[in-house]
Amino acid sequence: MDNGLWLSLAFYLLAATILGSAFLVVLLRNIVHSVLWLAVCFVSLAGLYLTLDADFLAAIQVLIYAGAVCIMVVFGIMLIQRADMKQTNLFNKQTKAAAGVVALVLAVTGYLSAVTQWGNAKTPVPKETVGSLAELMLTKYVIPFEVAAILLLVALVGAIIIAKEVKG
Amino acid sequence: MLSEWVGVLLFLVGGLAVGAGGILTAFLIAPRRRQGSKYEPYECGMETIGPTWVQFKTSYFLYALLFVIFDVETIYLYPWAVKFQSLGLFAFIEMIIFIFILVVGLWYAWKEGALEWK
Repeated sequence: MDNGLWLSLAFYLLAATILGSAFLVVLLRNIVHSVLWLAVCFVSLAGLYLTLDADFLAAIQVLIYAGAVCIMVVFGIMLIQRADMKQTNLFNKQTKAAAGVVALVLAVTGYLSAVTQWGNAKTPVPKETVGSLAELMLTKYVIPFEVAAILLLVALVGAIIIAKEVKG
Repeated sequence: MLSEWVGVLLFLVGGLAVGAGGILTAFLIAPRRRQGSKYEPYECGMETIGPTWVQFKTSYFLYALLFVIFDVETIYLYPWAVKFQSLGLFAFIEMIIFIFILVVGLWYAWKEGALEWK
């Protein structure tokens, strides 16, 4: 089999996994199980990025979304959980209105993606994305890079202060 | 380019096979006696009290917050590590400053007792 066929096979497998796990996130009644499927969804999305040659983006997807975001959601649930975990992710009365809105959005985006003339990129896709990113980050954009560290520091200190307030 | 990631795919498939294989084998060959104490989590231990879904302590939440901050830090470490050889001393010093700023945060967390277990 040639490369293009493998690529399409990978795409359809990953797309099916993403859609299936996303459906389970919505449909399952226990919200902790929903989060587990959310992690599956995020990891398959990382796989999709790999098929697009965006390996750094895939690494970030796994680290931040499948790692950090899922951890935050799990802890949010664990701290504010209700009595019965089997009844934590239920449908409310707005199901029909939501279905209408979603159908409309799907129709509009589907129509637009069908009529748009998708052109190819003028320049070839770079073979390696991390290297040039690193060079820019550590030479031209040094100050934003260090400011990001200070931003993380502020987030850390703020989180500890708030958590201590809750505890004490 | 895609062929580099076949190893990752094989690893994933192998990992799934190890997990699913054990459950499947047990399902196929295990004897089934469905009565009495077989339904209890610990067949010959203490009887369990209450539901298994209990509320977690806030101490866990502080660990999670620290994890998330340093998880974000790894994103910055990754490109630097890839290009470490060609970037040289200046980038090394920048990264030391970057890590130092975050270590200040870790020191603060330590000082405030966020890492202590009460």
